[in-house]
Amino acid sequence: MKMLINVPETVVADALRGMAAAYPDLTVDVENRVIVRRDAPVAGQVALVSGGGSGHEPLHGGFVGPGMLSAACPGEVFTSPVPDQMARAAAAVDSGAGVLFVVKNYTGDVLNFDMAAELAEDEGIQVAKVLVNDDVAVTDSLYTAGRRGTGATLFVEKIAGAAAAEGQPLERVEAIGRQVNANSRSFGVALSACTTPAKGSPTFDLPDGELELGIGIHGEPGRERRPMMTSGEIADFAVNAILEDMPPRNPVLVLVNGMGATPLLELFGFNAEVQRVLAERGVAVARTLVGNYVTSLDMAGASVTLCQIDEELLRLWDAPVKTPALRWGM
Amino acid sequence: MLDANFFRRWMAATTASVDREAERLTELDSPIGDADHGTNLQRGFTAVMAALEKDAPDTPGAVLVLAGRQLISTVGGASGPLYGTLLRRTGKALGEAAEVGEEQLAAALRDGVEAVKKLGGAEAGDKTMVDALEPAVDALGDGFAAARAAAERGAGATTPLQARKGRASYLGERSIGHQDPGATSSALLIAGLEAAAEG
Repeated sequence: MKMLINVPETVVADALRGMAAAYPDLTVDVENRVIVRRDAPVAGQVALVSGGGSGHEPLHGGFVGPGMLSAACPGEVFTSPVPDQMARAAAAVDSGAGVLFVVKNYTGDVLNFDMAAELAEDEGIQVAKVLVNDDVAVTDSLYTAGRRGTGATLFVEKIAGAAAAEGQPLERVEAIGRQVNANSRSFGVALSACTTPAKGSPTFDLPDGELELGIGIHGEPGRERRPMMTSGEIADFAVNAILEDMPPRNPVLVLVNGMGATPLLELFGFNAEVQRVLAERGVAVARTLVGNYVTSLDMAGASVTLCQIDEELLRLWDAPVKTPALRWGM
Repeated sequence: MLDANFFRRWMAATTASVDREAERLTELDSPIGDADHGTNLQRGFTAVMAALEKDAPDTPGAVLVLAGRQLISTVGGASGPLYGTLLRRTGKALGEAAEVGEEQLAAALRDGVEAVKKLGGAEAGDKTMVDALEPAVDALGDGFAAARAAAERGAGATTPLQARKGRASYLGERSIGHQDPGATSSALLIAGLEAAAEG
């Protein structure tokens, strides 16, 4: 497998150096792996900190900036960051108004953020946490670690970030983040496995002519494998899986997200099919975002995330944002 | 009696076997996880050895607490907090004694395993590191060789299980038929005790 890297050991550090050079609005601490908006801490504003394994770019570093995250901590590829990174980030961005951790429900992320919260609280920083668990492919039960956090992370970070930018207090920003997560569901499909730099070969074997339904964002296989389907059939399957789990009551935000190796030509075509299914099911669409936002290295495939919104959430979604990967209104 | 040097040898032996087995651990992590378990542990234990050389703690408890803290701040993922907690809690249970007996070590390790179960919410049979650690601690009364054999049996016995914790749990029934990488690396850690005892 050919990759545009030097050696696997320096992939994350090399990427951070490149990010720093591309985005002067960010302060990038390559050694400690913390990406901070340059004007942090912002007086009177709750700070948002998120993080997770690398390999999901632009998540999370690409969402650091006014109106969204205050800081992001990238871990090794597909590995949660360590508590020291998160505590360091919290200390860098806390203005005294408190810090909200946005955590995807993967065991490593949860454990490390819990430890980081203790470290930050020891330093006198007020910490709250929103756990993102939107993936309907995983059935929730007493016997599992629960649903994975995937595409809804973008909705939570944008909308809670907007609330923080307005100067809303920590408990309110946290409540809005939890509401967005509760209102969101995702479903993903893989057309190919992905290749981690450390392993150098695909993480699972997916023959031509087959696809994985219900994948997460770490190259792990999904809940079942089927013969390849058309874009329209995949849209039917994904949207119906979501609506089965969350009958629609309100208009929705739609995220049609590429996993890293699927071109926009295909994603836009897939979005057309997603919009068709939603129209057939009588679901009103308020806003749609199409692109590679929560990726899985070089995996081909896509995920759909729907978030039911009210006027307040839509207003916060439309609020100005200025980050490397998401930018409007400013 | 076991002194700080024994515990340093334990960490060194574990580091050596993690180095040797890193590729196999990553291979085991590939069908049911995300293919990085070996790499992550290798990075962590390398940092443990560097820290032990720099600080040279002089009690068994201090060696393990320092090692645990290094794992938490370098490994990441679930393995960092879980392995870090295992060693830190075991070290804390050993207190400040300059030498400890094997029975004391067994009791302290049991505390460590309990802390891991609490942190990860896992019980025996969930296809996790607990499946190797718990039988090993139970067998420790019969010596280090017995503990190693029990850990290896426990790791092997995870193959037919369905994962209920961690990333492998997202695969549901498809996690069946693969040996758990965390249980496998836990068996390496326990085997390190036997190697340390041999000098």
